[in-house]
Amino acid sequence: MNILTLVRQVPDAEARVKVSGSAVDLEGATLVIDGMDEYGVEEALRLREGGANVESITALAIGPKRNEDALRTALAMGVDRAIHVETDEKLDAVALSRVVAQIAQAENATLILVGGQEADWDSQALGAATAERLGWPQLTWTNELKVEGDTISGRHDVDDGNESFSAPLPAVVTTQQGLNEPRYPTLPNIMKAKRKELRKDSLDTYGAANTVRVVNAEIQTRARMNRVIDGKDPQAAAEQLLDLLRNEAKVLA
Amino acid sequence: MKLIVAEHAGGKLTKATLEMVAAAQNAGGEGPVTLLVLGQNVAAVANEAAQYAEQVLVGDSAALAAYNPEVWAAAAAQIAQEGEASLVLIGGSRSGREYAPRVAVKLDAPYLEDATSLSVNGSTVQAQRYTYLARVTETVEASAPTVTVTVKPGSFAPAAPAAAAGEQYDVELELPAARTQVTGRSVEKTSRVALTEADVIVTGGRGVGSPDNFATYVEGLADRIGAGVGATRAVVDAGWRPYAEQVGQTGKTVQPKAYIALGVSGAVQHLSGMGKSKFIVAINKDAEAPIFKVADYGIVGDVNQIVPALIEAAKK
Ligand SMILES: Cc1cc2nc3c(=O)[nH]c(=O)nc-3n(C[C@H](O)[C@H](O)[C@H](O)COP(=O)(O)OP(=O)(O)OC[C@H]3O[C@@H](n4cnc5c(N)ncnc54)[C@H](O)[C@@H]3O)c2cc1C
Ligand SMILES: Cc1cc2nc3c(=O)[nH]c(=O)nc-3n(C[C@H](O)[C@H](O)[C@H](O)COP(=O)(O)OP(=O)(O)OC[C@H]3O[C@@H](n4cnc5c(N)ncnc54)[C@H](O)[C@@H]3O)c2cc1C
Repeated sequence: MNILTLVRQVPDAEARVKVSGSAVDLEGATLVIDGMDEYGVEEALRLREGGANVESITALAIGPKRNEDALRTALAMGVDRAIHVETDEKLDAVALSRVVAQIAQAENATLILVGGQEADWDSQALGAATAERLGWPQLTWTNELKVEGDTISGRHDVDDGNESFSAPLPAVVTTQQGLNEPRYPTLPNIMKAKRKELRKDSLDTYGAANTVRVVNAEIQTRARMNRVIDGKDPQAAAEQLLDLLRNEAKVLA
Repeated sequence: MKLIVAEHAGGKLTKATLEMVAAAQNAGGEGPVTLLVLGQNVAAVANEAAQYAEQVLVGDSAALAAYNPEVWAAAAAQIAQEGEASLVLIGGSRSGREYAPRVAVKLDAPYLEDATSLSVNGSTVQAQRYTYLARVTETVEASAPTVTVTVKPGSFAPAAPAAAAGEQYDVELELPAARTQVTGRSVEKTSRVALTEADVIVTGGRGVGSPDNFATYVEGLADRIGAGVGATRAVVDAGWRPYAEQVGQTGKTVQPKAYIALGVSGAVQHLSGMGKSKFIVAINKDAEAPIFKVADYGIVGDVNQIVPALIEAAKK
């Protein structure tokens, strides 16, 4: 089995986000590998370590130069090699899936792992769009995964709870918190990763054109009253809060 | 036509579906608002749908008894193609956002995800959406004969029934066999008002202390004031509460009139699911907890002391 695991370099969840003009500005933001993608990298490594027949694990990033760092992180965690389709164009998920599908075919991938939701664009679409292009099934929001022969099984979250599933490979699986605890790259592995292959591709080869334009971005701020009551006298504090909710905010009867 | 794939549960359309109808009615653009009802034995749902849409297309078959992303995508794409839909609206639920990209690829149509607003101008569709853990609002647009959109629940006021009932038509669907087998299911039911529909929500975090305390304080207060119950991921992961109650990036997005957070620290992933609430109330023993930064009202104190006093005071 060849596994393709998708990674992206995004602002840290705690990083302050700025908007300059009509677009988000990442200048000065702390960037990290997307946490949701890290679960995918870790899961690929665990499948191999757990005895599944994994021939290769390739990390793939499509996007600007900063994604090289996410690929380096994945290499240091233990993936075999990396591919970077470098472009400054912001591609939407439907366009990106064209690139991922072509690379999956070229690499003979049978399992693609994608983060369940992007930390920056909040998109959940790439896994499903890629699965459709390849004609594969997909499992989203997975928190348990097993591979036996040509079958994957596990558990994933759905609208009103969770389901156990089984599906034939090849397949796309989207990952999330709870699937595993991603490892930290050790220093020797970081050193070793420097010698691993990181192939650069040009977007031109893949014929993917963006279909969604971002025409504006704004920071949403909502002024909050920040009226904080000291709770030393619980009864007085409780009564004061109820009074505010009933008579000032008028949200309780 | 403007095609909407209806979401329904327990033989009724969901509120999110009526919100999509309103979104389609008010977006502009050409063609009748059309609801596609998929499922097995869905005549009642189709009748209800006819009160809201100009046309109702009904795909009623055993193959549609249970949701599957590939099957739903095939059905929606086939109808969109046959009806030359300019817009395909799909619910911004977990399942909707799972199969909508497949529809977009099948139709070679741009996909606007999780829209909170929608407007059509000729063949250009514009929408807003939240990004960066709901801290940024982006305006996105796409120009194409067909545009696929998922609509974020809670973003539009639900449509009211129309004066005249719409026409119903049965449709023949060519559906693929479902390849994913569901081998087990754990559904989490609550007797309280659904989180995404509640006017007031009481949410408990790890600071509540234990599952028993959660029942006493969080559920106790919620029941006293007629609120829905929410939980943080920390509490769900600890097994205290069902996932259905989780609010945040990987749980539900809610926008109630009042959101009351008990023993919740206010992590960005939690804030992204409730930060748009009208009023936010925090009770936390740590005055430096980030939740106070977004709170309108707060009490710095121990939930063990404050909440019983609140429940008592709310009796008056
Ligand atoms: C969790 C959170 C996220 C926010 N994200 C953004 C954002 O991305 N862009 C933006 O312009 N405004 C953001 N805001 C609003 C912002 O913090 C301020 O309200 C606003 O920018 C005015 O700045 P200030 O100098 O008055 O407050 P500051 O003193 O700068 O901030 C007030 C407090 O908010 C918290 N905070 C600020 N930014 C963040 C952040 N990105 N992530 C986590 N905590 C933060 C910090 O704990 C800080 O102590 C966020 C607020 C919160 C609570
Ligand atoms: C990819 C990803 C996705 C995530 N998605 C979500 C999500 O959807 N929803 C979500 O909620 N989280 C999510 N998280 C987790 C999130 O980062 C936080 O870990 C979580 O929200 C913390 O939950 P908490 O506030 O209950 O617990 P804590 O952070 O432990 O906070 C407990 C709070 O209770 C207070 N406290 C303690 N004792 C008392 C007392 N006796 N009285 C009053 N106050 C008290 C403490 O001061 C503290 O502020 C996600 C994380 C990641 C990495």
